[in-house]
Amino acid sequence: MPHWNRALVIGASSGIGKALAEQLLKDGASVAMIARRKEPLDEIASKAPSGKAFVYPHDVTDYDTTEALFQQITKDLGGLDLVIYNSGVMFASEENEFNLKKDREMIEVNVTAAFAWLNEAARRFQQTKSGTIVGISSVAGDRGRRANPAYCTTKAALTTYLESLRNRLSKYGVKVVTIKPGFIDTEMTRGKPGLFWLISADKAAQIILNAARKGKSTAYVPGRWRYVSLILRHIPSFIFKHLPV
Amino acid sequence: MEESFVLPIERLEPLKGWGGAVGAAAYVYRPSTGGQLKEVFATARATGRTITLRGAGRSYGDASLGRENIVIELTRMNRILDWDPVSGIITCEPGVTIEQVWRYVIEDGYWPPVVSGTMYPTLGGVLGMNIHGKNNFVAGPIGEHVCAFTFLAASGEELSVGRETDPDLFYSMIGSFGMFGVFTSIKMKMKKVYSGDLDVKVYTSDNLHGLFKIYEERIPESDYLVGWIDAFASGDKLGRAVVHQANYLKPGVDPTPKQSLRAAHQDLPDTLFGFIPKSIMWIFLRPFTNNVGFKLVNWAKFWSSKISPKKQMRQAHAAFAFLLDYVPNWKKSYGKGGLIQFQSFIPKESAEEAFRAQFTVCQSVNMPPYLAVFKRHRPDKFLMTHAVDGFSLALDFKVTRKNRAKLWKLTERLNQITLDAGGRFYMAKDATLTREAFRQYLGEETLAKFAALKKRFDPDNVLVSELSKRLL
Repeated sequence: MPHWNRALVIGASSGIGKALAEQLLKDGASVAMIARRKEPLDEIASKAPSGKAFVYPHDVTDYDTTEALFQQITKDLGGLDLVIYNSGVMFASEENEFNLKKDREMIEVNVTAAFAWLNEAARRFQQTKSGTIVGISSVAGDRGRRANPAYCTTKAALTTYLESLRNRLSKYGVKVVTIKPGFIDTEMTRGKPGLFWLISADKAAQIILNAARKGKSTAYVPGRWRYVSLILRHIPSFIFKHLPV
Repeated sequence: MEESFVLPIERLEPLKGWGGAVGAAAYVYRPSTGGQLKEVFATARATGRTITLRGAGRSYGDASLGRENIVIELTRMNRILDWDPVSGIITCEPGVTIEQVWRYVIEDGYWPPVVSGTMYPTLGGVLGMNIHGKNNFVAGPIGEHVCAFTFLAASGEELSVGRETDPDLFYSMIGSFGMFGVFTSIKMKMKKVYSGDLDVKVYTSDNLHGLFKIYEERIPESDYLVGWIDAFASGDKLGRAVVHQANYLKPGVDPTPKQSLRAAHQDLPDTLFGFIPKSIMWIFLRPFTNNVGFKLVNWAKFWSSKISPKKQMRQAHAAFAFLLDYVPNWKKSYGKGGLIQFQSFIPKESAEEAFRAQFTVCQSVNMPPYLAVFKRHRPDKFLMTHAVDGFSLALDFKVTRKNRAKLWKLTERLNQITLDAGGRFYMAKDATLTREAFRQYLGEETLAKFAALKKRFDPDNVLVSELSKRLL
């Protein structure tokens, strides 16, 4: 199983991203962390061993600076073994709400910025013929649910993009792992109704890193969501459209 | 962050030291002219990157690696600029390999005066490390055969340095492991030979003391002398060895010198037994690349030499010199973890005891080297010299993920034995030396002089390697 010495976590200020960064630091890796807010990253860094944590306040939708920042990070880290794209937004959507502004922001952060950062990772790993890319997608991307059309779409897009990357990069020895969390106790989900099988972000991070170490293509978090998803994906459309999901 | 920071991703390559045990990705530039070389230095300055110089990448350890920075690989600056078959003086660009040189000069009756165990290093690398050969005790390092060179310092200063005209710089820059600048052209004198063959004699010794005795007896009569030691033998047999002595043929001895001095006569065979391609031989070696397998290989090598009635033979220069090229890609047989070579140079007074201690320590932790090579050396005037009036022992160790930490610990003990015996180390091989050990063997005076030259020729500290980060 691979041991990652140098990792980049995009979207590391809270939730799963924060837990992933902390877990990697605990495992002895040097970790670069990206998020819009600097303070939470500084807090993680303050608890890390000296010289191991690197903080980069950055808006992932600032595409003009992605390439340069990516190179700066690889230089600062002295290489790169693992990239995790965890940035994501999910706006609450009313039953009859169609809001392009919100939809567009979700597409920007959840999809376009993921392309921007993971394209950089892919280009690099294709050259170095090694590396692991982990994309945090969602079970929400497995089916078009009426509750949040745009969010489901972004996660479906990310899932498909990651599959394409995997198919493109496997011949270079690069692993691409799609993570589909169910309900995780994070800022994004807190207070939302109808949540079940809730697990902590720390537990989710453990499962994600284990799956990536094993080189799994797709991992549900926790694993039982695989069966839920399997059932949901096979419910005929004429029934699914009547379900309250 | 500057916009110009970005380097083309297409230049990013996963580089390794030749042993394969250490590696680092870097942005690799391969200039083909002096102008392009200067452009790369300008790019490094504009992007805030350091530069590591690399020839053919034949240094075993991390001397030619520059993690996430720019690596200048000089293999495309590979033109032979001038050759005078009367004086035997050749002028080359730094990317010219030893192979190119001997192929070019042999038909005029010349051979490179000093060669490594492989023909693939570039002259730039060869000078950067000031390599030695199996004739170090008589010929010194390669630097002693250089007449002059031109040099592009990292500061942009261009110099023309001659051995006679500027000896201080001459003896400081050769062997400076790429820390001051680039040798842009090298003028050196070839050795006149009267045959493409050497007279080779084989001796065996049943123990380490016997090996030293053979050397004592054979040195005055040898042009080349190299010992292979069975590193698995212990007790009374510790240090048992096979020694190869080679001598140039005197004028008139070879009845057909025009024939033996043809480049084709030097070509190493590309098949084993006439039909097994050597290019796949490493695959067959792989099952033996473990303690049990190599114990068997070492045992077989010793006994086959000992009982063989053939103790004298004629061998082509290339066949004798380039043993490491006999099996292409043999290092692959060591697996993904690669190998490191630990080579120490120890004064003659303490060498036998120190080498005995090194073998004993390796065996005590069950990490015997798979290959052990023994050579005689003489001191030289180069600032960063690795040579001593004594002997060297090169030990090859297999590296795995599991044994890596233990192996590095072992090399610390070997370092200490070397330092206690007044020994030195060789940057072309090193992967494990510590800063403290480096300082101890070179001494403060040498390091101060090196630092002053570094400040003069590379004031911005542009030239950096993983080795220099570890040691300077």
